[in-house]
Amino acid sequence: MSERTTALYEAHAALGAHFTDFGGWQMPLRYGSELAEHTAVRTAAGLFDLSHMGEVWVQGPDAAAALSHALVGVFEPLAVGRAKYSLIVAQDGGILDDLIVYRITPERFLVVPNAGNAELVFTELTTRAAGFTATVTDASAHTALIALQGPRAAEILTGLLPEAEHETLAALRYYAAHEFSIDDQPVLVARTGYTGEDGFELFIPDTAAPGLWDTLLAAGLTRGLIPCGLAARDSLRLEAGMPLYGNELTSALTPFDAGFDRVVNLDEGHDFVGRAALEAAHATGVRRVLVGLRGEGRRAARAGYPILVDGEAVGTVTSGQPSPTLGFPIAFAYIDPAYATPGTPVQADLRGKPEAFTVTATPFYRRTR
Amino acid sequence: MSTVAPNLKYSAEHEWLAAGDPATVGITAVAAEALGDIVYVSLPEVGSTVTAGETCGEVESTKSVSDLYAPVTGEVVSINQTVLDDPALVNGDPYGAGWLFTVRVTEEGPLLSPEEYAAANGVTAP
Repeated sequence: MSERTTALYEAHAALGAHFTDFGGWQMPLRYGSELAEHTAVRTAAGLFDLSHMGEVWVQGPDAAAALSHALVGVFEPLAVGRAKYSLIVAQDGGILDDLIVYRITPERFLVVPNAGNAELVFTELTTRAAGFTATVTDASAHTALIALQGPRAAEILTGLLPEAEHETLAALRYYAAHEFSIDDQPVLVARTGYTGEDGFELFIPDTAAPGLWDTLLAAGLTRGLIPCGLAARDSLRLEAGMPLYGNELTSALTPFDAGFDRVVNLDEGHDFVGRAALEAAHATGVRRVLVGLRGEGRRAARAGYPILVDGEAVGTVTSGQPSPTLGFPIAFAYIDPAYATPGTPVQADLRGKPEAFTVTATPFYRRTR
Repeated sequence: MSTVAPNLKYSAEHEWLAAGDPATVGITAVAAEALGDIVYVSLPEVGSTVTAGETCGEVESTKSVSDLYAPVTGEVVSINQTVLDDPALVNGDPYGAGWLFTVRVTEEGPLLSPEEYAAANGVTAP
């Protein structure tokens, strides 16, 4: 059993959470039914504790340049108050993590890596920023992160803000962040998420987390808001076609393997760690591509199951489960490019029994706006 | 719903057996709880023979899939068609409406009392 718990552990326990080990943390897997939690996010709202995720600050006159050197994207053009999805790769081009970078002020950036990679990302950023006038600080241990996700998220959050700020929140765009005050506590509110719904991610000091959690739950009580665990988070992100580090993204894969060509900036003059390897990988092309699969039966393909065409293995499932929203099994798989065209029939080897699946475009689910 | 029901026998693999002719088999509340929301159940065919300790079907939840083990050897007499259509019954009423199949027992596998099963799983005995 892992030792690390978030500032909200007691709150989760009081809500009857089932815990699971994730990235070295004891996190809520579900409180009651994970299907009910999934549905709440699709139809009303859900509240998630994401405090296990990392928060690394990169600050200084060269902060943008340091990030452009450390990651596969370019950060000088990123506007203050906006966020950018990026990847950090090793010298050999393998993906070390996927992360979101927020530009808080011209010289202050917040980097949010995955829980299991937070220490590695902090170490790598520190090393890679060494030649720049920038400092790298790991704030993960005392920063909490709460996600409020779902079609009613904006309504719930608006109710907690002074009227003067209602318009500011309404105008907050996807992948943008702004500091608000809730119960006299400064809260960095980002319009980001991992569910495929509208929603927010709220960064606050650890000490303020239990208070904000309770405030949000109370505000959402009459609007269908319920606490949600990592089981629902995983099924929501899969439906939304979002990759999970450790499943779709690993250090054995390059960003091109994962289909993230647009995240990698290979423009002349963008000198970053791993560039040479990624240039070579880009020129070579990929042996496997990441595709979506839809099951024709009721049984789900799970991570690690082989994908077959005419009895021959042509790929491997990385994530899969029955889609609660769509009612049929969905999966991500790495597959031979020859079979990657949407509509291609394949089979998944479900513990020795082949089952029909069809290659399909992702996301599997797209919300109506 | 108590986690372990009295008057049943239990396998280490989390099946319960209600004695009778035929006997009734299901999975325990402990197993249903651990699996999470059950979305698919496959059961042995009526008339087939199941063997104690061997797999005879599977129970799939949103998060995982696990094999169903026969707690006894014998011929399958009937299966719960309602559960095939509505697998959530296994979560809602594992010892009642969520039963899985009935079997004419020729030999029992190693089975536990409610107290032994409860102790093995760290839950309160009935």
